[in-house]
Amino acid sequence: MNTVLILGASSDMAVAIAKKLAGEGNNIQLAARNVERLKPLQSDLSIRHSITCTLHEFDAERSDQHAAFFMGLDPAPDVTICVFGYLGNQTLAENDWKECERTIQVNYTGAVSILNAAANHYAAKKAGLIIGISSVAGERGRQSNYFYGSAKAGFTAYLAGMRNRLFHHGVHVLTVKPGFVYTRMTEALTLPKPLTATPEQVAIAIDKAMKKKKNTIYVKWFWRWIMLIIKSIPEPIFKKLKM
Amino acid sequence: MNPMKQGPVKDIANWGNYPVMASEENTPVFLEDIRRYVTIPGTFIPRGNGRCYGDASLASRTICTTKFDKILSFDAGQGIFECESGLTLDRILEVVVPKGWFLPVTPGTKFITVGGAIASDVHGKNHHVDGCFSHHVREMDVLVADGRLITCGPQQETDLFEATCGGMGLTGVITRVRFQLKKIETSYIRQKQVKAANLEEVLMLFDKYKDYTYSVAWIDCLKKGRGFGRSILILGEHAAVSDLTPQQQKDPLQLPKKKQITFPFNLPSWVLNTFTVKAFNFLYYGKNFKKEINNTVSYEPFFYPLDAILHWNRGYGKKGFIQYQFVLPMESKQGLIEILQTISNKGLGSFLAVLKIFGKQESLIGFPMEGYTLALDIPVRKGLFETLDQLDEIVLRYNGRLYMSKDARMKPDVLEAGYPNLARFRSILHKYNPDQKLRSVQSDRLFLTHKS
Repeated sequence: MNTVLILGASSDMAVAIAKKLAGEGNNIQLAARNVERLKPLQSDLSIRHSITCTLHEFDAERSDQHAAFFMGLDPAPDVTICVFGYLGNQTLAENDWKECERTIQVNYTGAVSILNAAANHYAAKKAGLIIGISSVAGERGRQSNYFYGSAKAGFTAYLAGMRNRLFHHGVHVLTVKPGFVYTRMTEALTLPKPLTATPEQVAIAIDKAMKKKKNTIYVKWFWRWIMLIIKSIPEPIFKKLKM
Repeated sequence: MNPMKQGPVKDIANWGNYPVMASEENTPVFLEDIRRYVTIPGTFIPRGNGRCYGDASLASRTICTTKFDKILSFDAGQGIFECESGLTLDRILEVVVPKGWFLPVTPGTKFITVGGAIASDVHGKNHHVDGCFSHHVREMDVLVADGRLITCGPQQETDLFEATCGGMGLTGVITRVRFQLKKIETSYIRQKQVKAANLEEVLMLFDKYKDYTYSVAWIDCLKKGRGFGRSILILGEHAAVSDLTPQQQKDPLQLPKKKQITFPFNLPSWVLNTFTVKAFNFLYYGKNFKKEINNTVSYEPFFYPLDAILHWNRGYGKKGFIQYQFVLPMESKQGLIEILQTISNKGLGSFLAVLKIFGKQESLIGFPMEGYTLALDIPVRKGLFETLDQLDEIVLRYNGRLYMSKDARMKPDVLEAGYPNLARFRSILHKYNPDQKLRSVQSDRLFLTHKS
């Protein structure tokens, strides 16, 4: 029985992942800023799947505390999943450094500082699995969300580099690019149905990719092709588009 | 994130697919989200899985509890279960059945939420023995219009409790429920099916078998003459281990296998007509060759035969259907006969016509009372509502009433005449929902919330 740490456990995607992996018999550590409100999820997972589920206060914006946070986990998790993210408000962030910094901090710096701790622990132990939820938004900067997109691009590159390093220690790293997902983060947006996954579909895809040791997955397969097209548009044309 | 963020606007309908309306849907995950959605300006109605039939959980804004669905505690020794209100009964069964417990009361579908079960105060095939769902509720939390979370139950804040059980979501959002489960030895049901040649006989059989925990009859509403009211009475008891085959005894509390097919599209509405329903009834009645059949079946086909077909409501076509359910007091057998005659004369055939006898019940606003209850599904078509108004007149003449969870069309005076405690219900609503913030298409239609 493995212990899985879920960072940013309050989101719809994290809840779906927690349910799926608890159903596979893993113990679950739920980490979030406000753990009080995760108590119902904790009791639900424990009762439904007869596993151990614990709550851990964690703030993605406090990078200085991340190493100590990870070392304080008992037991140390066998699998670490970084789910937290912050879409932010692009227009606001263009003029407000606080909003911009927060977008970068949560999606990149905070993810790096916590996963560094996990990586070092797993490298020393020569075992472990790290999963990062990145985004298709990181594949090419677009005017509508390039703060979020660039932070996720950095995160994707970070995960790739770490995969390369940890491979030599027997540790695997999985990058997940979910595409559109029906969650509270996107509740107010109108999303194209065929391109949009449910949180449950994301969880199933992650579970499968974990077992098959995949490197990078898109949840809905056509995203790979959509992004390939978007990436291959020549820059002189791309810069004129309103995307 | 914007705390005042609005939810998506969607076309929603309940199980009868009539009526359909655009509604802004708020889907809270945490209690604080519910409080926020309740206290922001604007009216709304709480909504569960949308399995009532008519317009009870429709409004221009709904607070949908389907993501508010966590198990909070389960005492497997005493059978006490506690959960958030959006949890559906199927997911409760998955957890409690393997530990030797069952729902104290269940309607004919397991795809309803616990909150919905209370707001509609659902009954099951065991009403004459175990009463309604609310009789098994020990306590619950209700988040009322001003944002207060009030714990109520049969012993505390009883006015809120009474008005919430069967109150169609008008008192507040039910958030947490603690209720008592029923002990079982096995997940199987010892089933007895008895054919009755006519109405007289099925009513006699109900009486003869009244000690059975579960009883319900399928009735052929179109048959005239000597076979008027021919039925199949279906009885059941939770099976003991000794009732099972050696194979079943290896795992007596086994969960039934999930076998589901989906009804893929809306059937054209002409498919269901008097002829096809008559043919169905002929085959359904005829399939039981013997007068009496005894067997042991899993709880699934016994309680939830239709759940095996997801979206079976599509069989009634795009226009949807009305489920008509009424109850008449025991002494009004003549009324039952009159109604069945009207149905058969008008050719209001229904695949699902279900007759059941309710036991005694005192409640503020709940539907059941001692007597006969009949439920029919009728596709929406021209002239139907006029005919149903005529049926309503008979129901009222015999001191009966209609079930609000099934209703999409009754007139306010029908509700008024059928429910003697409405004045008290209204005064409790006034206390907890003074500005009529919680209101539905149904509550407006029935003048439960109209400003007077």
